[in-house]
Amino acid sequence: MGAVLAAVLGASLMGCSSTGGKRAEERAAKQAAEGRSAVNTPRWTFAMVTHSGDGDTFWDIVQKGAQQAADKDNINFLYSHNDEGQQQAELVQTAIDKKVDGLIVSLAKPDSMKTVVAKAVKAGIPVITVNSGSAESKAFGALTHIGQDESIAGEAVGDELGGRGRKKALCVLHEQGNVGHEQRCAGAKKTFDGTMQNLYVDGTNMPDVQASIEAKLSADKSIDAVVTLGAPFAAAAVKAKKTAGSKAEIDTFDLNASVAAGLSDETLGFAVDQQPYLQGYEAVDLLWLHRFNKNVLGGGRPVLTGPQIITAADADQLAEYTDRGTR
Amino acid sequence: MTATGQPAAPAGTDERLLRTSPLRRLLGRPELGSVVGAVAVFLFFTIVADSFLQSSSLGTVLYAASTLGIMAAPVALLMIGGEFDLSAGVMVTSSALISSMFSYQMTANVWVGVFVSLLVTLGFGAFNGFMLTRTKLPSFIITLGTFLMLTGLNLGFTKLISGTVSTKAIGNMEGFSSARKIFASYLTVGGVELKVTILWWAVLVAVATWILLRTRFGNWIFAVGGEADAARAVGVPVVRTKIGLYLGVAFAAWVSGQHLLFSYDVVQSGEGVGNELTYIIAAVIGGCLITGGYGSAIGSAVGAVIFGMTSKGIVYAEWNPDWFKFFLGAMLLLATLLNAWVRKRAEATK
Repeated sequence: MGAVLAAVLGASLMGCSSTGGKRAEERAAKQAAEGRSAVNTPRWTFAMVTHSGDGDTFWDIVQKGAQQAADKDNINFLYSHNDEGQQQAELVQTAIDKKVDGLIVSLAKPDSMKTVVAKAVKAGIPVITVNSGSAESKAFGALTHIGQDESIAGEAVGDELGGRGRKKALCVLHEQGNVGHEQRCAGAKKTFDGTMQNLYVDGTNMPDVQASIEAKLSADKSIDAVVTLGAPFAAAAVKAKKTAGSKAEIDTFDLNASVAAGLSDETLGFAVDQQPYLQGYEAVDLLWLHRFNKNVLGGGRPVLTGPQIITAADADQLAEYTDRGTR
Repeated sequence: MTATGQPAAPAGTDERLLRTSPLRRLLGRPELGSVVGAVAVFLFFTIVADSFLQSSSLGTVLYAASTLGIMAAPVALLMIGGEFDLSAGVMVTSSALISSMFSYQMTANVWVGVFVSLLVTLGFGAFNGFMLTRTKLPSFIITLGTFLMLTGLNLGFTKLISGTVSTKAIGNMEGFSSARKIFASYLTVGGVELKVTILWWAVLVAVATWILLRTRFGNWIFAVGGEADAARAVGVPVVRTKIGLYLGVAFAAWVSGQHLLFSYDVVQSGEGVGNELTYIIAAVIGGCLITGGYGSAIGSAVGAVIFGMTSKGIVYAEWNPDWFKFFLGAMLLLATLLNAWVRKRAEATK
């Protein structure tokens, strides 16, 4: 009885977003798929365990995509996350204990996840990796990896910066310990003909992020480009640039509504999108396909969802979707 | 567990020498309330989460409790001694980083790194204790400083030495497999995976309990936590006691750090921040008073079990993760309230 009640409560909570004022319009947008699946396959349970911190914009979009696919494919979708490797591994273990029908994990900290993912594979649970871990995915026994190759994405940024005539760039890493972020900055450094240095900030503390970037820009006036690795940090960088009186161009990885607006009014140079919605959506959908029809996508190679360089010209068309929180 | 009763004293002697009944003694234990809380949390999740009672789930919960409990035991002793250690969380990461990088850079047998790490980590503990007793500043401030410094050192040194934010893999080096056996192996008993950390945890709690209840040092801990000046006046070596307590925390941080390293082979330099509060929470749920002078090591273990059950139970119950922290906080408050209530009832019957 109590279990049923908890499940009902859980399911109803899952349906509602905790991100505040967009609820009404989201409801309108979601009505199309609300509780109505397009298939008559059994109700499988898929768990997604990511390395997201609390309240992360990017992962919120991934989750929306996954939830949309889950609604459509008649899937009971469970989401959990922790930004410490050991804790994330324990969450995967709980999913194995629950004997889920499919598992989606992000491998930002591959070494912490190695053993537990192998355990899932051994238990016969199909695993798909998303977002980070393209290099390890196959070795760990996952079906497919969905995401962007971080090195390639970084190289695209380095090229773009060079094309814009930049000379001295700053790469702002907000998730210390994330190997993918290191790869992005390293990739950018590789193809960028100017100099590039890394700046580590605490991504869970926005004022601190702004203060760190500000200090750096005040100290070194020759910096003419700042690359942030997540959409929310672009806004902080823009503020920091204002207070520091710097002339640097702010560019960022990932999109959100304010980045789209920033691109339109040219306070931002460009954004590199990896389409998080697609990562969540495809992961669930591919697991469904694998359970339903043993299909595997990608031919043993990662399925890439990015990088997509977005500038002022493209931003206007995307505004509608970024406002909705799905791009 | 409890001290044996003294022979019955003739009437008119000190009331502390009176014989008390075993039941009375049990009711007077600091950890009694937390045991009641643990049973309540266990029953709650048994009802709301279907997969909570499976043997494999219990293995997962015990493992989560053990990684926390290893640290909670010495932290409980430290809190009974009236002090805090906010650097305990990152010290675990520091200890793992030191082992890994020393072994790799020196191309030494992994055990060399493990022992160098032990010495350096104990050095951090000694630094905390020494600064505290020398400067007379509150331990909250001293260890907050250590916490920030270690966080910076972890990242700074790792970047400087390895060139990235995580260490290099040492899994193929000599001594790794034997060290893994000691710090990160597991046995499967009847389908349940029991990690070696559970054994470490049991041993540490047993040793901490023995120190607290059976040794002179244990009496000193209660004395310095209760009233440091009075303790000093009657000849308790306050400085030595406090430094010893910090060394205990550092030793446990070393054990946890080695477990991290040998479970995952690679250490992320940014982890461990925030865990120090979890250790304190576990000790407090287990009946330690924030003000010092009261508590137990067994209680810290029960507190760790409550925390492990709650944090994993929420996942087994399939509650929305956005609310996770809220539930965790609410559960911990309830457990601590229940604990305090049981303690009051128990003391009232004395």
